[in-house]
Amino acid sequence: MNVVTQSHIPGVERAYPIGEPILELDSISLRFGGVQALTNISFDIREHEVRAIIGPNGAGKSSMLNVIGGLYTPQDGTIRFRGEKFANMTPGKAARLGIARTFQNIALFKRMTVLENIMAGRRLFTHANFLEVALQLPRARREELESREKAEEIIEFLEIQQIRKTQVSRLPYGLQKRVELGRALAAEPQILLLDEPMAGMNVEEKQDMCRFILDVNDHYGTTMVLIEHDMGVVMDISDRVVVLDYGKKIGDGSPAEVRSNQDVIDAYLGVAH
Amino acid sequence: MYYRQAGTYRTGYAQDMRLMPLKEDRILLGLVLVIAFAVLPFTASDYWLSAILIPWLCMSLVAMGQNILMGYAGQLSLGAAGFMAAGAFACYNLILRVEWMPFPVAILLSGLIAAAIGIVFGLPSLRVRGLYLAVATLASQFFIVWVIDKFGWFKNYDTSGIITAQDIVIFGKAFTSPAEMYLVVLTITVLLTWAAMNMARGSAGRNWQAVRDMDVAAEVMGLSLLRTKLQAFAISSFYCGVGGALFAFTYLKSVEPAAFDINLSFRVLFMVLIGGLGTIIGSFYGAGFILLLPVFLNIFFHALFGKAVDASITSALEQVIFGVLIILFMIYEPLGLAKLWQNLQERMRRWPFKF
Repeated sequence: MNVVTQSHIPGVERAYPIGEPILELDSISLRFGGVQALTNISFDIREHEVRAIIGPNGAGKSSMLNVIGGLYTPQDGTIRFRGEKFANMTPGKAARLGIARTFQNIALFKRMTVLENIMAGRRLFTHANFLEVALQLPRARREELESREKAEEIIEFLEIQQIRKTQVSRLPYGLQKRVELGRALAAEPQILLLDEPMAGMNVEEKQDMCRFILDVNDHYGTTMVLIEHDMGVVMDISDRVVVLDYGKKIGDGSPAEVRSNQDVIDAYLGVAH
Repeated sequence: MYYRQAGTYRTGYAQDMRLMPLKEDRILLGLVLVIAFAVLPFTASDYWLSAILIPWLCMSLVAMGQNILMGYAGQLSLGAAGFMAAGAFACYNLILRVEWMPFPVAILLSGLIAAAIGIVFGLPSLRVRGLYLAVATLASQFFIVWVIDKFGWFKNYDTSGIITAQDIVIFGKAFTSPAEMYLVVLTITVLLTWAAMNMARGSAGRNWQAVRDMDVAAEVMGLSLLRTKLQAFAISSFYCGVGGALFAFTYLKSVEPAAFDINLSFRVLFMVLIGGLGTIIGSFYGAGFILLLPVFLNIFFHALFGKAVDASITSALEQVIFGVLIILFMIYEPLGLAKLWQNLQERMRRWPFKF
C-alpha cells in the first residue's frame, strides 16, 4: 500500500500519515419505498485521510453519510469499523465508536450559548448522573471542569473566543457552521462526517473553513469524510474522492484520477444521447 | 451603581462557572436568605405567612417542575396538578399507614411516587410532541384525580371524600403554627431550588436543552432521547409531587381531589410562561405574579373604592385587569419576568449610557 506522508503543505511531512482503512463499506444498498437511494456501493475510508464524497444533486451523498452515521439503516451491505462488522449502525453506536458529524442545515442547539453547545458535545465523556449534578458531588464537578477545559481548547483552536457566551441563534451563518464543527470536535471523534461544511459561504469563509478542516486533520489526526459541491475545494483539500451518481458509485480515487474519469465528466457535464 | 461586572476578575474556569459569579449577587442572595429565615417568621403576620408566603413557595416548586419539563426539555405538558395530587395523597397515606414515618422522608417518598407516575405518563413523549403531547399528558391530569376520587382507600374511606392532612412532626416536634410550617416549606424549597439550579446549568440541563432544540443532533452525539425525556418527566413530576404535598399539608390542610383540577394545571402553565421559560428563578416570579397579583388588586380596589362600588363589580374588574396584564406581558416580553429582570440589569450596567 502506498502510504501518503506528504501533507497539504508541499515539502512538509504529515503528522499523521494515512494508514489502514478505518471504515469499510461493502455493497451498501438503501431504499425508501420504491426509491433506490443507494445501489451496491463499496468504498473504504483510511485512517487520517480527508475523503470527499461528491456527485450531482440527488446522487445519494447525504444518504451515504446518514448510513455511516447510523441515521439510516441500509437494506443490504455491511459496515466494518476497524475490521469489526456492523450489519446496521444506530446513532448511539456510531457516536460511541467515535463518529461525529455536522449537518447540511445547521443543527445547533439554538437557544444555548456557543460554550454550552460545545460542552454539550462532550456527552460521551460525562458519566455523572443527574443526582450527582444536582448535589454537586465531586465527580460531577470534576467532569464539568474537564468539559470546560476541553471546550476552551476547541474554542481557541477555532478562534471563536469572543463569542463563547453568545447565544448561537444570534451568530452569522459562517460562525454557526464553525461552532457546529466545534461541537463535533468536542466528542474527540476518530471520524468526522461533514455534510457540506462550506455550503452558502463566501470565499473568505470557505477559506477559513478549509483551513480549519486541514488543521483538525493535521492536529488531531481526525479522519475526515466530507460532502462538498465546490470542486475547487474538493480537489484542493481531499486525499481521495468517491463520486456518486443516481445512487451508484461511478468513480473513486485521487482528485486527479477522478477529474480525468470519463464517467465523472459525463455525470457532471451531461452526455449526448 | 450596585451592579458592576468591571473589576470582577475570574482567574479560573471553576470561578467562572459558579452559580453566582458576581459578589453583589451573592451578597443579595445572603440578605434574602437571612430575611426569609430569620426575620420573616418572627415579623410577618399569620395571614401573610399562611395565605401568601406558604402557597407562593409551594407553587414556585411546582412551577419549577413544570419549567424543567417545558422550558428546559421542551416537552409541553398539562399534568402538573395531577402530579401534585399524586404527591399530596401519597404523603397522606404514607404518614397514615406507616407509623414511624418522619415527615421529611414522607415528602421525599411522595416526590418519588409522583416521579414514577410521571415516567409512565411521559412515555407518549417518545412518539408525539408539541400540542399533541400536551393533549396526551392531559390523561395524567384526569386519570390521577379520577383514581384518587374513585377508590376510597386513598382517602382512608372518608365519607365526605375530603382528607385532613396530619400535623407535621419532625423528630417528635410538631410544626403546626404558620411560622413553623413556613420554615419547613422554606427549607425544602431552598434545597430543591439549589438542586434545580445545579442541574439546569450542568450537564443534565445541557442534555435537556439539546433534546429541546435539536433532537437529531442530540442523538448523534450519543444522547439517548428516551432516557433524557423520561428523566425530565421524572424530575419534573418529583418537584410537582413535593410541591403538591407541601401545598396540601401546609396550605389547604383539608384536601379533596377536586382541588387539583385542570384549572390548577393551567395556572402552573401560566406561571412558567410569565416567569420565563427555561429559567429556574423565573418560577418564583411567575408563581408570585399569578398568585399575588389578584390579592394585591383586591386590596388596591378596596382602598380605592371602599364600599362605594359593589364587590361583584370590583372582582370582575380585577379579573379583567389580570387578563389584560397577562396578554400585554406575552406581547411585550414573551420571555417572561426573568428576562425583564435581566434586561434591567443590563441597562443598569451601562447606565447612564444608552449602549
